[in-house]
Amino acid sequence: MNVLKQAKGFWFTIVLAAIFFVVMQFLINGEFLNPFYVNTLYTIGINIILAVSLHLVIGITGQFSIGHAGFLAVGAYVSAIITMKLGLPFPVALLAGGVVAAIAGIIIGIPTLRLRGDYLAIATLGFGEIMRILFLNIEYVGGASGMTVSHLITWPWLFGCVLATIIVIVNFTNSTHGRACISIRENEIAADAMGINTTYYKVMAFVIGAFFAGVAGGLHAHNFYIIQPTNFSFLKSFDILILVVLGGLGSMSGSVIAAVLLTIITAFLANYPELRMVIYSLVLIVVMLFRPQGLMGTKEITAFLKMSKAAKGGAQDGSRHTVA
Amino acid sequence: MAAGTPLLKVENAGIRFGGLKAVSGVNLELRQGELAGLIGPNGAGKTTFFNLLTGVYVPTEGSISLVGEKLNGLAPYKITKKGISRTFQNIRLFSDMTVLDNVKVAYHSLARHSILSSIFRLPSHFKGEMEMEEKAIEFLKIFKLDHVLHEKAKNLPYGQQRRLEIARALAAKPKLLLLDEPAAGMNPQETEDLMNLIALIREKFELTILLIEHDMNLVMGVCERIYVLDHGQLIAEGTPEQIRNNPKVIEAYLGEEVS
Amino acid sequence: MEQLIQQLVNGVSLGSIYALIALGYTMVYGIVKLINFAHGDVFMVGAFIGFYSITVLDLGFLPSLLLAMTTCAIFGVLIERIAYKPLRNATRIAALITAIGVSLFIEYGMIYVRGAQPEAYPNNVVSIKSFEVFGIKISGQSLLILAVSIVLMILLQFIVHKTKIGKAMRAVSHDMDAAKLMGINVNNTISATFAIGSALAGAAGVVFGMYYTKIDPLMGIIPGLKAFVAAVLGGIGIIPGAMVGGLVLGVIESLVSAAGFSLWRDGVAFVVLILILIFRPSGLFGKNVKEKV
Repeated sequence: MNVLKQAKGFWFTIVLAAIFFVVMQFLINGEFLNPFYVNTLYTIGINIILAVSLHLVIGITGQFSIGHAGFLAVGAYVSAIITMKLGLPFPVALLAGGVVAAIAGIIIGIPTLRLRGDYLAIATLGFGEIMRILFLNIEYVGGASGMTVSHLITWPWLFGCVLATIIVIVNFTNSTHGRACISIRENEIAADAMGINTTYYKVMAFVIGAFFAGVAGGLHAHNFYIIQPTNFSFLKSFDILILVVLGGLGSMSGSVIAAVLLTIITAFLANYPELRMVIYSLVLIVVMLFRPQGLMGTKEITAFLKMSKAAKGGAQDGSRHTVA
Repeated sequence: MAAGTPLLKVENAGIRFGGLKAVSGVNLELRQGELAGLIGPNGAGKTTFFNLLTGVYVPTEGSISLVGEKLNGLAPYKITKKGISRTFQNIRLFSDMTVLDNVKVAYHSLARHSILSSIFRLPSHFKGEMEMEEKAIEFLKIFKLDHVLHEKAKNLPYGQQRRLEIARALAAKPKLLLLDEPAAGMNPQETEDLMNLIALIREKFELTILLIEHDMNLVMGVCERIYVLDHGQLIAEGTPEQIRNNPKVIEAYLGEEVS
Repeated sequence: MEQLIQQLVNGVSLGSIYALIALGYTMVYGIVKLINFAHGDVFMVGAFIGFYSITVLDLGFLPSLLLAMTTCAIFGVLIERIAYKPLRNATRIAALITAIGVSLFIEYGMIYVRGAQPEAYPNNVVSIKSFEVFGIKISGQSLLILAVSIVLMILLQFIVHKTKIGKAMRAVSHDMDAAKLMGINVNNTISATFAIGSALAGAAGVVFGMYYTKIDPLMGIIPGLKAFVAAVLGGIGIIPGAMVGGLVLGVIESLVSAAGFSLWRDGVAFVVLILILIFRPSGLFGKNVKEKV
């Protein structure tokens, strides 16, 4: 029953997404949106990919990684090399960025994911910084002054990547594999005792997350004209972390909503970067003090829809079926 | 396998943490289908012994084998797949997951659909997930938990949480089930129900069970054989009657109360 | 050879700054199990207070140092009381995120208030001549750093081992609940820990300013992270470990620079961190603790 219902919801979402895609494409082609809005739209898309990919690692699997910007950097540089130095097409670059970031994810994940909590956090932060310093020291990609990249990002590619990220991560989460990851988040020792290969699933979540962060890196590089190592410091990792935490650890729709809202706020505060950071940090502290579960908690937006439906129908046990 | 052949064989097993011998020189044989109890004063090393059996700790001496297969040094999840499953002294449910999902996690190692088939929603994914769900619901009926399938585990009353934990351990299809103080914190009525449940599942699943318990009524009532652990060493084994009259056991317990 | 020893001296100076900051990290972690990300920013605030008291208030080195330490101690206690105390029973992740929030708030609040431009410490505050030992030139500044660090560390050892509050700190870090039952005021003890740790960070800030001259609102990030690495290296929660870890890290970094890889210097600390975490997560001086099942 449940499984079939999921399938129905899946196709419904696809149709909605297609409509949204066509409308935006029309608005962009007809130049109804000025470049500022288009650019904000692209940034929103990239941030959604980043937030959702980190959500899989932190929110679903419970592994506190704060080095996500490292994978973003790998994707950005690899894809830039593919288009700028090797002259290959943009889609190849996106894929290559993702694949190399995923390989980096395996290399980093296997040793570090044995660590827990704070130690894992600090180790991933360290790895993120090491990757940035690595690019700083490679003359081939311009060292500290960075690399200029053509603006190749287009709405269809961006939209396709966002949709692919969401579908892959939702489908992964709503399967026995996703449940294995959630069980690790809930209680690693019990998951192990129930026959879950915890290392395998932790690394797997980390690698999938890294892959999509790499794809986001490819989009990022081909949107901003220039990439420099300083763009990928751990402050960038914190930015992504903020999206996931404010959205609600464990809620994918929360991550998406946070990515949309915060990117819009950031765009409007672009001329006041300090003020933006002051506000962000205050919001972060206040949310942790008063609503540590974030905007959505672990609930998905579908749970709220079902709840209101149940309320209308007057079903007594409606709230019981809010399976997130 | 015929009844009476040894299922679990523990030879001279032990573990030391630094200089401390937490468990040492334990010899123990469980026959197929047996229901045995492990008792002992607080801090005797009972839970540590369970941790040795399930691979949470690697024994520093001796060997542990299940149906002739050596288990030493295997990761816990591998030992579970070989057929030892357990519950925990302080309940360790996946508290933010539903009752149904808790059991589904235990079925995970039986799932045949790959990550890719799930991501691309291939037919094998739907087939695998449907089967899993049907099996889990059937299974929860035995434990009278089918009316709370979609409730989060953390919202269940205490007695049901204990039952769910046993159900989850059984869903992993163990040959040997280890229960760590299953009746802890239960009232007499709940304990009674639990004893019946244990008898029932043992019958139904042809299980071998080893349980740690402080409640002497429960241990003496259901167990056929009892092992007594004190200061990390096995000091006695036998039928409930033999244990009740064993001077060493009496001393271990009385000695504890004096200190 | 001379070059090498010169670099070692630089390394020890840098390392003692790391050690001073690392002490605060390690003490706070030992007592509340929190990576206080804002600690590096307390160091930055200390550097600025030192700077203003030297240039604006026209105070000498020692009064400036004391002023910076006192202000940072109060600042540290405020941070603890406002941001961390309500989260004492929250998840570790919530506490860690709050710490990140506090850190960002201090950094960008500082930029918002006074701008991002750097300041330069005047170089005539203390006049100690450099002198030569066996042909190796040792600058007065590095001697000063070393002297300040050694005095503060001895003082810290005294406080931790010989005073009542030190005993309370050790008790709370060992077992908070038991300490509470024994009548120890846990809240005050934790505040005292933050105060002492922050005072040390403030001192490190002033000393850093004297040695490296340039200070800015984001200066605390990298030394803060590295001091944390030093704390992990020595075994987090262990006070002598933080001192040794700081010195070792400082020396390693200077040697890497000396070998001509100065651009990699920042990377080395993180490589050390990861190697330590993977091969000896309890640090050089730590004991292994396993989760109870």
